[in-house]
Amino acid sequence: MIEAMIYALPFLGQGFLVTLAVSGLVVAGSLVLGLVLGTALAFGPVWLGLPIRAFADTARAIPLIVLIFTVYYGLPALGVNLSPFWAAVAALTLFKTGHVIEIVRGAITSIAAGQMEAAKAIGLSFVDRLRYVIFPQAVRRFLPPWINSVTDSVKGSALVSLVGVVDLMMAIQQVIGRTYQPMPLYLLGAIIYIAVNASLSVTSRRLEARFARVVAS
Amino acid sequence: MSEPVLSIRGLTKRFGTTTVLDGVDLDVARGEVLVVIGASGSGKTTLLRCVNALVPYDAGSITLDGVEVGYTAPGSGVRRSDRALSAIRADIGMVFQMFNLFPHLSARDNVALGLKVTRGMAKREAVARAEHWLARVGLADRMDHLPSQLSGGQQQRVGIARAVAMEPKLLLLDEITSALDPELVGEVLDVVRGLAAEGMTMLMVTHEMSFARDAGHRVVFMDQGRIAEEGVPKEVLGNPRSERLQRFLRRIELRTE
Repeated sequence: MIEAMIYALPFLGQGFLVTLAVSGLVVAGSLVLGLVLGTALAFGPVWLGLPIRAFADTARAIPLIVLIFTVYYGLPALGVNLSPFWAAVAALTLFKTGHVIEIVRGAITSIAAGQMEAAKAIGLSFVDRLRYVIFPQAVRRFLPPWINSVTDSVKGSALVSLVGVVDLMMAIQQVIGRTYQPMPLYLLGAIIYIAVNASLSVTSRRLEARFARVVAS
Repeated sequence: MSEPVLSIRGLTKRFGTTTVLDGVDLDVARGEVLVVIGASGSGKTTLLRCVNALVPYDAGSITLDGVEVGYTAPGSGVRRSDRALSAIRADIGMVFQMFNLFPHLSARDNVALGLKVTRGMAKREAVARAEHWLARVGLADRMDHLPSQLSGGQQQRVGIARAVAMEPKLLLLDEITSALDPELVGEVLDVVRGLAAEGMTMLMVTHEMSFARDAGHRVVFMDQGRIAEEGVPKEVLGNPRSERLQRFLRRIELRTE
């Protein structure tokens, strides 16, 4: 069992890096998009909010695998040809953005209305009100659900193997194809995913503790 | 008195079918302390919120030193841009019933934020002025405290320092002692008295009748969105003409005794 795992390790390095790359790109892309769209949803006019709301609800309602296949097999029909890697990243990012929009909106609207008014009363512009008053407080409500969603992204990235991207999951499959020993390899895969997500959880708890100290209320 | 700093004409505000402000006319002269009294729901707080452009209104005009506050012109119905509104609000201080301090900032940073960001002061200068005003309201030893580490009275004094440090042309005070324990009311009102003595122009909504009597220059009684009575405190409070004001004052006195 252990020997099978040790034998497999060198073959998994490349796939592991791809998993990290997919997760990292998805987390970064969905964070940027989600922050902008979530803020627009929280403060923007109805004509702006409605399409964002529709997008967020749709992205979250579709099974991730359906979204990945739609982007990978569907877009070429529209003349957009993405490599498996970028198709998978795009699909996962759309999916995650739906979640981040909701987390951002929730965090912002949880801040008491009086904070915005006090910030207006000292003459801060909209951007400064967000920068100095709303976001520093909202980040504390944002972090716990967001870190959850980051670990979700890492787990969800395993689905990219289904469109032929050689990530950690695919690399494991390939080794199994040679050794016919699925159990030790899947176990090893589970351990690696757990290790990544456990370290994320530890980081998140540290961050939360830090922000809780800063925003004692 | 001199020409008005604040001039309100025909101010009308509706929430749905309810008329909260029904054609209010009001002037506040430079250096004047104008006290607004009235039962809850009479429109006092909404009046202040209209003046600071926190809520839109339906008709009428509000000018600060001759400049229309919320809209590009009286009756234009076109709201000013956020940037223009911010510039006008910077000259109007507001102290809130629930303090609304920024919980993530120390007392010093609560006061310094507007000075740095809105007024564009250098950090050292902003901090020096913040510390000056915190000392003025008796909090020299609480500068580094977060709002959560301060009593209600101390928090409200930070709130006053935050508003006054901006050197506003007009200070709005919205029931600033209503959320305080009775024994903390005095320390906050003392600060307001000091500001009045220095000539700060104030529009103040309060239920503290004794304060209105001895610190107010003029009292306005609001009822159902209109100004029902107005005059010097001694007259309005000592000699109420309308039945409604008499009843209101009796209720307030019962509460405070």
